Amino acid sequence: MLETTALPRKATLSPPLDTRHQVETPEGIDLPLRPAGLMVRALAFAIDLGLRGLILGLLFIVLAFLGKLGAGLGSILLFGVSWWYMVLFEVLNQGRSPGKQWMGLRVVQDDGTPIGWSASLLRNLLRFVDLLPFGYFLGAISCLQHPTFKRLGDLAAGTLVIYREQPLTRPQLPEATPLRPAFALTLPEQRAILAFAERQGELSEARAHELASILAQPLQVPAPHAVVALNGIARGLLGPA
Amino acid sequence: MKQSLFETSHKAEWEQFSLTLDRLEHGKDASRIAGFPKDYRQLCQHLALARERGYSSFLIDSLQQLVLRGHQQLYRHRSRLGANILGFILADFPRLVREQWRFVLAAGLMFFGSLISFALLVYLFPDLVYNLIPAEQVSEMQSMYDPVAGHLGRTAERAASEDWVMFGYYIMHNIGIAFQTFASGLFFGLGSAFFLLFNGLIIGAVAGHLTHVGYGQTFWSFVIGHGAFELTAIALAGAAGLKLGWALIAPGRLPRAEALRLAARKSVLLICGVMLFLLIAAFIEAYWSSMTAPEPMTKYLVGAALWALVATYLLFAGRTRHAPE
Repeated sequence: MLETTALPRKATLSPPLDTRHQVETPEGIDLPLRPAGLMVRALAFAIDLGLRGLILGLLFIVLAFLGKLGAGLGSILLFGVSWWYMVLFEVLNQGRSPGKQWMGLRVVQDDGTPIGWSASLLRNLLRFVDLLPFGYFLGAISCLQHPTFKRLGDLAAGTLVIYREQPLTRPQLPEATPLRPAFALTLPEQRAILAFAERQGELSEARAHELASILAQPLQVPAPHAVVALNGIARGLLGPA
Repeated sequence: MKQSLFETSHKAEWEQFSLTLDRLEHGKDASRIAGFPKDYRQLCQHLALARERGYSSFLIDSLQQLVLRGHQQLYRHRSRLGANILGFILADFPRLVREQWRFVLAAGLMFFGSLISFALLVYLFPDLVYNLIPAEQVSEMQSMYDPVAGHLGRTAERAASEDWVMFGYYIMHNIGIAFQTFASGLFFGLGSAFFLLFNGLIIGAVAGHLTHVGYGQTFWSFVIGHGAFELTAIALAGAAGLKLGWALIAPGRLPRAEALRLAARKSVLLICGVMLFLLIAAFIEAYWSSMTAPEPMTKYLVGAALWALVATYLLFAGRTRHAPE
């Protein structure tokens, strides 16, 4: 028989090994969010920094022609861009500053809801502390030791930087005649077989064969036919279109 | 039920829901969404069913994405900012300041205490100022407030056309200081305490020194007007920072992270009030304080009136329950 480590149907799942952050909605659904780590966030920040430099540079060139008025406007702009750039983008552009948009990130509240003015203002004001004593040292330390990669500003504001969901494309299941499995499958086994069939387009033939042959013995088929058998079971689980 | 049958029977609903989401996300046309919450809950049920029946990852993941998007449209933290700016200015902010009176008192004592004591010390022992502030800065300050020079402010040869420049500069400089004072409170309040004491020290030393060398008239008549808003704002920013720090030192029955989050939500409102104060201060500083035409006496009177206004506002505004909503 297949040595199964799958959990019984109603058991609570042990916390996953990966960094996914589960949010339970009021409807009792667990939504997995994928927090973004230090590196990708640093890159997003670097993009934003460059962009801000560019904006300020261009504006200062324009304002230089305005003389005194320009100088006054310039310092207001400098203030606006250095303290409000992030806040405005995060609140008005669904949690995405241009850098984050580029890197496929967004900021949300801990419970997965969109970020609001006060949370965004808070996390960006406290950036000042994250910067200390030099070059985001405290922010990086906090980010690296936290299970969901929060810097100090995120901790206080209760926000989370996550990867944006990318649209999924429907995988092509390989053609096979539907089969009934030789024994009752548990849910995780069922999902594993379906996942095997769905992912087959991404696997090389040899790898698919190698994976399937692990199950040749419990399925009571010769190893070369295991792939076909698994696809058949997957088709059977899926049902007629 | 087999997965294919499940998919085909609900596919149309999901696509419809996805279209509604697209519309909502782009902020377009919010009509015809009365059924949105119902559709969303229906979708949640489909997701739960799909998980329970062990359907394939593709189906579950795409349903999950839809639910997540729906969740973000349906549930929001109601921001108490922005929604009601007038109510915040007229009632909520002074109420909040009074509610947090312990922190406000502590920050006020630190800031004004250090300001007044250093002003007195420097006035009584004039040489002390050179131990506190670099000599060239002292002489720069002195030239700024020299009664012989016609204009006031950061530079001696300042003209009225530069009011704009100074307005911008004051916003930049003062709000920056307030933000620093607040944010550094995250170090168990130590940072805020440091900035409060330090700024009090500098301002006090300058005030004491200028009074001692006989420039008191120009200096005090310059600062008294906007000082009402500016100094109070710095103290309030410090109070917000101390609140953050205190939540970490004494979180009460909550975990520290949770206590910090709750404290931060209040202190960010304080900071919004502080920004408002500093905007007003920058305006007064650039356009009123720098005027040399009015008599010093007028300036003192207006200044005193502004201090009284700030005190009255913080102490009494929003006392009645039915304050303007």
